Amino acid sequence: MAVLVFTENWDGKFKKLSFELISYAQKVAEKLNMPVVALSIGEVAEDELKKLGDYGAEKVLSVTNEYLKTLDNQMYTKVISEVAQKENAKVILLSHNNTGKALAPRLSVKLKAALGSGLIDLPSVVDPFTVNKKVFTGKAFVTVELNSEIKVLTLSQNSFKLISSDNKVTIEEYLTDIQESDTKTKVASTDKETGKLLLTDAEIVVSGGRGMKSPDNWGPIEELAELLGAATACSRPVSDEGWRPHEEHTGQTGKIIAPNLYIAAGISGAIQHIAGVSSAKFLVAINTDPDAPIFEAADYGIVGDVHKILPELISIVKESKL
Amino acid sequence: MSMRVFVCLGNVPDTTTKVKFTENNSVFDNTGVQWIINPWDELALTRAMELKEDTGSSVEKVTVITVGTKSAEPTIRKALAIGADDAIRIDSEPTDAYDVAAKLAGVLKDEDIGFVMCGIESCDYNGFAVGGMLSEFLNLPSVSSVSGIEVKGEKVSVSRTIDGGKEIISIDTPFVAIVQKGISIEPRIPAMRGIMMARKKPLNVVEVSDSEVLTSHKSFELPQPKPPCKMVDSENVKELFDLLQNEAKVI
Repeated sequence: MAVLVFTENWDGKFKKLSFELISYAQKVAEKLNMPVVALSIGEVAEDELKKLGDYGAEKVLSVTNEYLKTLDNQMYTKVISEVAQKENAKVILLSHNNTGKALAPRLSVKLKAALGSGLIDLPSVVDPFTVNKKVFTGKAFVTVELNSEIKVLTLSQNSFKLISSDNKVTIEEYLTDIQESDTKTKVASTDKETGKLLLTDAEIVVSGGRGMKSPDNWGPIEELAELLGAATACSRPVSDEGWRPHEEHTGQTGKIIAPNLYIAAGISGAIQHIAGVSSAKFLVAINTDPDAPIFEAADYGIVGDVHKILPELISIVKESKL
Repeated sequence: MSMRVFVCLGNVPDTTTKVKFTENNSVFDNTGVQWIINPWDELALTRAMELKEDTGSSVEKVTVITVGTKSAEPTIRKALAIGADDAIRIDSEPTDAYDVAAKLAGVLKDEDIGFVMCGIESCDYNGFAVGGMLSEFLNLPSVSSVSGIEVKGEKVSVSRTIDGGKEIISIDTPFVAIVQKGISIEPRIPAMRGIMMARKKPLNVVEVSDSEVLTSHKSFELPQPKPPCKMVDSENVKELFDLLQNEAKVI
């Protein structure tokens, strides 16, 4: 029996989220008295694979089939469920990111396993297996029992602390017989910025709303983000107006994020926006309207003009770095 | 060849609903709740209508399908008013995502599918599950995080959001597209003519056998009220910086 973790690599490197998953799995595995097995799909060097052991993986299975270079949901599901059966996995853990959201529901059906998605904490009880999760986009929490022998879980990013381990880790290759003809997802072209900090990975996010008045006023948002090592985001009206790309839209129908710090500049704080950022550990609001609902969700607030406050904040951050 | 597109609809509480629970916090209290088409499903439907209207695409019929009791019919009629040609209501109280997906698959397996569109999540239970589960039940390929679909004749390409950008994927029909914001930007609003026509469009009510439910909601809880926001004077921005550095310890 095992707790199986589906890890993802980016050009051969794991990100913090993979280590968060392994750390979480280590705690679940402890309660169930099972080892943590990690599955890695793609070309990852042995040294990098070994890093999974630092957070509690006892075994890493590495799959390097060349037809799995593109995410094909059906074939990935096939490989993960094969491995789950081979290892007799009782819990399968994925990230609650684009890939995890694509695969977890398929795995749930394939393995007839109850799905607990977007978790932010460990199961409160393991028998019956009980998890807590946000519902109504953060407006409430629910306690859910997963009533099946196998469980599939997805863990929200940046919601679980890394826990190191001095486990001995073994690395094995896992061969699959997936052929080119099995994969139905053909990538015709890719358009991506590499090296850019992703909104979902960022620990600090600087976000602008309609109060910024014009797309030409985004300079201070970008400068502050750059100085703090933060990603930039925006509210829905801003992306709907085309001031900023849709990838930056944070809120109910956009991205749901959980950074350590979220700075909302000129955002009034509609309920749908708050839904997307209420998991931030600290929220700063800067707005001219003292009655803006954003202040109800914020930890720190300044009533004032973003066009004056942001440049001041930028110079203070700059001075502190001298 | 003409293609039929199925759009799965969720009937959900309006996103501005103040949520409450009854029966010792075990059941969502739907008193006074305004029901709407799940926002992502509404964006999917909007895109499906655009494709149907595009003479260069082979999409000729758009069907909406939902699992719900008679109480979901106003929401289905709204989808018909937006422009769907017909609707299927699987007459059952929706329970968990596994059950809903199994029931949708029970009906869709016998249909001639061009492709199926499902919103990536629902704004009630936020399961991110039905689309993916449905594709596995139907044993069809799926593409998730879809933010665009183009149909040229019978050729379909979808745009998938990946970390830091997007991929354009070509895929053969039938398949399941699990869509998010970007598939269309603003949902279509029904016009008066659409509302009149919707009354006459077919809304087929079907029964399917019970499926399994793998999860059970035990209790709900509202979040603890947040401590009040600490206000910093706008003449003293340095104080904000100090709080972030020394109290919150986040920068």
